[in-house]
Amino acid sequence: MDHKQLRELEEKCTQGLPPACTTTCPVHVDVKSFLAEMKAGRFDGAMKILRKALLFPGIISRICDHPCQAACKRREAGDAVSIAALEKTCVRMSSIPPERISILTKKDKRVAVAGGGLSGLTAAFDLATKGYSVVLFESKDRLGGSIWDIPEEILPRDVILEETAVVANLGVEIRFNATVGENLSLTDLCRDFDAVYLGAGRYSQDTFNLQTSREGRILIDPVTFSTSQEGVFAGGGLRTGREYSPVLSHSDGKRAAKSIDRYLQKVSLYASREDEGPYQSRLFTSTKGVEPLSAVVPADPVQGYTREEAIQEAGRCLQCECLECVKACEYLAHFKGYPRKYLRDINHNLKMVMGAHTANKMINSCSLCGLCEEICPNNLNMGEVCKNSREIMVKKGKMPPSPHDFPLRDMQFSNGEMFALARPEPGQESSKHLFFPGCQLSASSPEYIVKTYSDLRKKLTGGVGLMLRCCGAPADWAGRKEHFLEARQEIVRLWNEMGKPCFILACSSCYQVFQNHLPEIEIVSLWEVMDRLGLPDVSTGKAGAGKVAVHDACTTRQEKHVHDSVRRILGRLGYEVEELEYSREKTECCGYGGLMSFANPELVRKVIDRRIKESETDYVAYCAMCRDKFASRGKRTFHLLDLIYGGGNSHLAEKKDPGYSQRHENRARLKDKLLKEIWGEKVEKAQGFAAIKLDIDDELKAVMEERLILVEDVQRVIDYAERTGNKLYNKDTGHFMAYHRPVSVTYWVEYSPRGDGFAIHNAYSHRMQIVGEVEK
Amino acid sequence: MSGQMNKIEKQSWQCCKCKIPMSPGNVKITYLGNDFTIELLKCPQCGLTLVPEDLAVRKMLEVEQSLEDK
Ligand code: SF4
Ligand code: SF4
Ligand code: SF4
Ligand SMILES: [Zn+2]
Repeated sequence: MDHKQLRELEEKCTQGLPPACTTTCPVHVDVKSFLAEMKAGRFDGAMKILRKALLFPGIISRICDHPCQAACKRREAGDAVSIAALEKTCVRMSSIPPERISILTKKDKRVAVAGGGLSGLTAAFDLATKGYSVVLFESKDRLGGSIWDIPEEILPRDVILEETAVVANLGVEIRFNATVGENLSLTDLCRDFDAVYLGAGRYSQDTFNLQTSREGRILIDPVTFSTSQEGVFAGGGLRTGREYSPVLSHSDGKRAAKSIDRYLQKVSLYASREDEGPYQSRLFTSTKGVEPLSAVVPADPVQGYTREEAIQEAGRCLQCECLECVKACEYLAHFKGYPRKYLRDINHNLKMVMGAHTANKMINSCSLCGLCEEICPNNLNMGEVCKNSREIMVKKGKMPPSPHDFPLRDMQFSNGEMFALARPEPGQESSKHLFFPGCQLSASSPEYIVKTYSDLRKKLTGGVGLMLRCCGAPADWAGRKEHFLEARQEIVRLWNEMGKPCFILACSSCYQVFQNHLPEIEIVSLWEVMDRLGLPDVSTGKAGAGKVAVHDACTTRQEKHVHDSVRRILGRLGYEVEELEYSREKTECCGYGGLMSFANPELVRKVIDRRIKESETDYVAYCAMCRDKFASRGKRTFHLLDLIYGGGNSHLAEKKDPGYSQRHENRARLKDKLLKEIWGEKVEKAQGFAAIKLDIDDELKAVMEERLILVEDVQRVIDYAERTGNKLYNKDTGHFMAYHRPVSVTYWVEYSPRGDGFAIHNAYSHRMQIVGEVEK
Repeated sequence: MSGQMNKIEKQSWQCCKCKIPMSPGNVKITYLGNDFTIELLKCPQCGLTLVPEDLAVRKMLEVEQSLEDK
């Protein structure tokens, strides 16, 4: 993923792009902001917005053919917003004088404009402000052209006179009664001027000896407005003919002036002119759930809207925007922007060498769950972007160490001798299958692993091996590619050694890792196996067991067969299944994915709270981390195995997350238990620091959990202090204080001897290193 | 940073090995290649130091995080 790709991805997000009203307007009035000002009753502010796009707001607002309204999104829920009527009201009610127009330094080039109608006046206006000497030739004795045909009640004459006079005030020389093709030839103009704009109006039959189309109209380039003769440009009624539109003529004049300026400056006429004139908006806006409203009808149709009516009508504007993914994802909402902006920030962050990398936290907070891709009309996946960015940061040595240090060490623990295990079924030479429960289920509910493994051995022939370890998801999520590949390699080695068994996976994150990174290994989800082979005898269904709402794991978002198996199992257990609004391929992450909880604990609380509020019903999850996350914020949540092996006992839904220390302990004990009970091996008792007995009250336990300090970290500090004597003593309290830095974190423990162990009074840590401290 | 890091808890800690009270002194600390000198309680003889809880979980954490994003 390089900077160019990031910019392409940015283009996928349409948020912030102009809505349909603006892109359909030939001069791109910022209708959305205009209506926001109107709604707020700030008519002067609204007027300022109009003036940015309309050079003759008094005229255009009164006669505009408003193509914007046909494109207005409001039509999907009621009538289009009455944009034209509101512009008219604004012009009538605002009294703010126009700002002074600034003119660029005089240039030595001269431009002739033929025709004083809307397009000619516009071209003359723009060219004069750009510093050119402009002479405008008008065949009548007044400016405005065909707008004089409009009835006076609609377009008062003083408005025409007042607004067209501005052009002369800009220094444009005006010659009346001069008609090109009659008392003035195009050849003369071309000789006397550096460029010519023909805006002779829709009634002009003259083609000035220029190349014409089959219908006999002058050939005009739709992008540059140039004609067959160099330096001669044309637009307005001459171009549109019978489809004449005042606002389109206004736009033509502007676009032609831009071309003439480029022509005289000798730069490309064509470069980046895609979004000129009317075009289709790319902004997606959902009108789902928007209450339909009809247009406000003015009480006095002749006078138009009153102030109150105008405010009400402007209030019907939807203020079009996309934000679909932001509405669905708490993470995207948390950083107060949207993907287009985030991608820009990320691009900047990755490019930058020195200075504060302010997007680090944002990049590391995403759960990588992929919901955004499902929601986005253009399938933008911010999770992929964040993961790639993490990999780049790691590669460049720019990844902050603190957010991922702890989960990576947790992974190391699970792949170390305390937990890792790979055995064929006792008495079997080979393994057709292998049960891979994963590190987190083993830590949350070790008792179910033993039961599941027994049942699988009963039901499957050909040998069911067992492998305890971590699949490597934390390294993958952390962007540590090499680290992950090491873990992957070890799994492949063991798999080969055991005769290439089919892996039975109980954890959704493992499933995703195997699916994406270990394609050589055949996998099946435990839920599919149970669905196919039947449930264990203990869990015979009892109809009317109750209702549960299924929370699908985000890591099996695309695995429909897994979703189906889970639901069939629930049905067989006698449960009625409630579907959450966000489920199956649209499910949400529980907050564990992508290591979000380590990078941004505050955000995780919001993510969990949002998910658990979606239904009052008890949840059932089939990933241990999802279950524990929800339970940690007070939501009654079962693990699917609680319903299969635990009989759906109500208290199981309230079981607390065991905490990081206990998770280690549970894994280690599970390994010992399995070795003893299944393989009949003798297990040695804990020795060294692990044998140190600690007394820690619940309050301090909670603090340690938050500070990511494990019981074993505390044991190590005490072991070190007691061995070396490097400790402090407080004679007032009788407490000792010591610190130790096993690898990258310095742990401090305040303790005192109690019984055959130690009472712990405080524990904290820092990553900064005290220079000269003893490393051991 | 030194100016803000020298808030030292007045506690009666003493070094167990050297059996003498701790007293304020300069200590060098480092993170990601950035060195700082701060005033901490330390053993005048063997140099064993004390980083108080408040310093570790507030100011040090803050500085660590800003250095990580540099
Ligand atoms: S869904 Fe999100 S990423 Fe997609 S266009 Fe909308 S705001 Fe942008
Ligand atoms: S609802 Fe408002 S922003 Fe959307 S298209 Fe209509 S006028 Fe424009
Ligand atoms: S991957 Fe998930 S958490 Fe990340 S932005 Fe997309 S929806 Fe949000
Ligand atoms: Zn000492």
